[in-house]
Amino acid sequence: MTDQNAEIETFGALKDKEPQKEPRSQWRDVWDQFRKHKGALIGGGFLLFITLFVLIGPLVWQVDPKALDIRNKDLRPVYTLLWDSQANVLWSRPFGTDNLGRDIMATLIAGGQASLAVGWAAMILSLVIGTMVGVTAGYFKRLDGILMRITDLFLSLPILPLLLVAVTLFRQPLRATFGPEGGMFILIVGIIGITSWMPTARIVRGEILALKEREFVLAARSIGTTPFLIIRRHLLPNVISPIMVSATLGLATAIITESALSFLGVGFPSDFPTWGKLLSDAVPRMEEFPERVMLPGILISLTVLSVNYLGDGLRDALDPRIRGR
Amino acid sequence: MKIRTLLMGAVAATAFAPAAFAERGSDGQLNIIYWQAPSTMNPFLSGGTKEIEAASLVLESLARFNDSGEIVPWLAEDIPTIENGGVAEDLTSITWTLKEGLVWSDGSAVTADDLIFTHEYCTHPEGGCAQASYFDGVASVEAVGDRGVRINFESPKPFPYTAFVGAESPILQKAQFQECLGTRAPECTTANFGPIGTGPFVVDEFRPNDVITFIANENYRDPAKPAFATVTFKGGGDAAAAARSVLETGEFDYAWNLQLAPDVLSRMEAAGKGTVVAAYGTSVERLHLNQTNADPALGPDQRSVYMDGENAHPFLTDPKVGQALSMAIDRALIDEIGYGAGGQPTCNVLPAPELYASTANDGCLVQDIEGANALLDEAGWVDSNGNGVRDKDGIELSVLFQTSTNAVRQDTQALIKDWWSQIGVETELRNVDASVFFGGDPGSPDTFQKFYADIEMYTNNFAGVDPEAYMANWLCADIPSPENQWQGNNIQRFCRAEYDALVEQMSTTADLEQRGELAKQMNDMIMQSYSIIPLIHRGNPSAHINTLGGVKMSDWDSELWNIADWYRIDN
Repeated sequence: MTDQNAEIETFGALKDKEPQKEPRSQWRDVWDQFRKHKGALIGGGFLLFITLFVLIGPLVWQVDPKALDIRNKDLRPVYTLLWDSQANVLWSRPFGTDNLGRDIMATLIAGGQASLAVGWAAMILSLVIGTMVGVTAGYFKRLDGILMRITDLFLSLPILPLLLVAVTLFRQPLRATFGPEGGMFILIVGIIGITSWMPTARIVRGEILALKEREFVLAARSIGTTPFLIIRRHLLPNVISPIMVSATLGLATAIITESALSFLGVGFPSDFPTWGKLLSDAVPRMEEFPERVMLPGILISLTVLSVNYLGDGLRDALDPRIRGR
Repeated sequence: MKIRTLLMGAVAATAFAPAAFAERGSDGQLNIIYWQAPSTMNPFLSGGTKEIEAASLVLESLARFNDSGEIVPWLAEDIPTIENGGVAEDLTSITWTLKEGLVWSDGSAVTADDLIFTHEYCTHPEGGCAQASYFDGVASVEAVGDRGVRINFESPKPFPYTAFVGAESPILQKAQFQECLGTRAPECTTANFGPIGTGPFVVDEFRPNDVITFIANENYRDPAKPAFATVTFKGGGDAAAAARSVLETGEFDYAWNLQLAPDVLSRMEAAGKGTVVAAYGTSVERLHLNQTNADPALGPDQRSVYMDGENAHPFLTDPKVGQALSMAIDRALIDEIGYGAGGQPTCNVLPAPELYASTANDGCLVQDIEGANALLDEAGWVDSNGNGVRDKDGIELSVLFQTSTNAVRQDTQALIKDWWSQIGVETELRNVDASVFFGGDPGSPDTFQKFYADIEMYTNNFAGVDPEAYMANWLCADIPSPENQWQGNNIQRFCRAEYDALVEQMSTTADLEQRGELAKQMNDMIMQSYSIIPLIHRGNPSAHINTLGGVKMSDWDSELWNIADWYRIDN
């Protein structure tokens, strides 16, 4: 009995095990981990919904957001009927109209397009710059000093005054080249992008500094892998989780900054709706028509919140050391 | 019972106290909010109302206009007339007498030299004086005896109360400003930020575009005034916040120029902390149509610079286009949405007083989109390339329309853009922060004087009851340009020899009826050139807290013209 058992043990250790389950890809694991994070799941779902809302919305809801309809101004949303049967509503204007008769549903959709476009574009721009600077500074020791001092320099720039100056300086040339709205878009995205890449750069540099001393990088170098390949094959995949997190935070910051700019009255032309502008325009009539403040405000808050949750979930899911716990 | 009666008597006595036993500085602090912040305290260097009004606390003139538009003596003993011999029979001179014992806030005496100097300062050939039109036709200023000042005119001047009358034309102290003549005027920051005056207050600290603190003038001529010891004059923010700070929270005592939608303003007033007061004068919300080319491709020496007709706007100099733009506008609707009881539609840039108000243009009160379309068709502006915008000879009817940031103005902009799109005119909207737009900074590209746009909208008015100086705004010589540091009131760059001749004629016409006719002619000439499109004759709403007494709103002069008489009502 004992002999036989020992034989089997030895035999078993030498034998190749049959896989008990189907092989799983890395992304499958990521998804499984991600699914466990309820907040991230809801956040992601909401972001998807908002994106579809602003992209497909105009095809379904074919009302011109800039069209004035004075006879139907100051309509309340239809849900006010629940507590006030005398409310001035129209079923063809489910969220009501503003003081010039513009449909609030349509302006929310159009405003979301602008706000989300600014958010995504600025986020991608700052991500690209931040990652490039961070990786270069972390990997190439000689460039580290100068790149990090430049990062410090940018960190000390206050974004709003900078934007105001940039608007004064570059509005004309950009407007001439890309039109009033396109020019302003490029300007805002550009400024937000180049003033928000620094945290990403710092985080990435820190990770790279630690990673490049690890054995697998040493091994790669010992067989003659070029720095570019090392970065691409070994380093970038390992820093993807902090990058993703700062990306999601960046998206939220960009949307908020754009709202702040619209709120201040610089930025897009006054009849070009963005969520921030809808909000600021509605403030004087906040008590009478709370929905005009609430709807864009809720959309901004929920978008930012869902993006933050999404980032949190992605971080957990993408980090192999946390995954599975 | 007896004690109660006594107590009530005591309470009653204190209630009447402030008016009866007022003494200088007894009412403490006064907080004023102007949501457009003043950038200088020298009204000669800025055409902006906010600077003029802030300066009116310190700088004064010989006479001012009260709340009903009557001229009242201020630094002068009385108002010179032909009857009392102050105005020469042939109308070529006026002699003012300064009040006795008048001193500047530094204690030195006010003399005729100061008036002579002020004239020299504003008419210096190298300087850009924003109020030069008040000295139009003045040949010289000379001293007569101890306190007399004679202003000699080049030709008979039927309305001689322009120079040194009203908040736009105050007196500067020679000792302080004598080094600041001509091109050096803007460089004298200390003097420009803290002028020595005769007014009830003196500048304690001036922070440009932010806040001014004043303290009571120790040497003010009335020992019992002003009732307030200090004034904080806060600038910045927006009209809604300013209105709220007085009407809803009571942080400030007085807020100026509350251009808010009527429904918004009346709801704030319902909070019961303050009162909205409006003065009707000559304020007209209007569109200026740039008569010079504002193409961004042009250099700073050419863009929006009048060059004797060489640099004309590609289409706005065509009255047909301007007329169509005007016809497309529904003024009654703008009034309803943005002004309510605080305004009425108008077709004249000179809507009051009645004697001067023309009725020739009243057709504009009715919106006529079809007529406007027909007019443009007839003038050859058709949409030849099918992009929805009319064009002619490759020029598209596309305009950049700018104004200051204000909810009412942005609503008006949106409405006008909508109407213009219906007549095939493409409009791009722009709004500029009011402090910048009206700031008068020659270095900024966004001021209303520089007019780097095709059309702009704002309100202007004139002080006093005589429109002569106001109508002289549209002289060719008053066009803002780099040469005069962009000072000048002819914002739309309108230049006609016939118009200049009418201004000249008015300055020599004495008969009131004829003056009325001339003013109407000039008004009609501008209206029919369609370089100005008037929209609303509006009242100027301000608000004061209920515990502030003595406010007498005037649109004929600075709103703060009688600030020396303001007091605190205790309750």
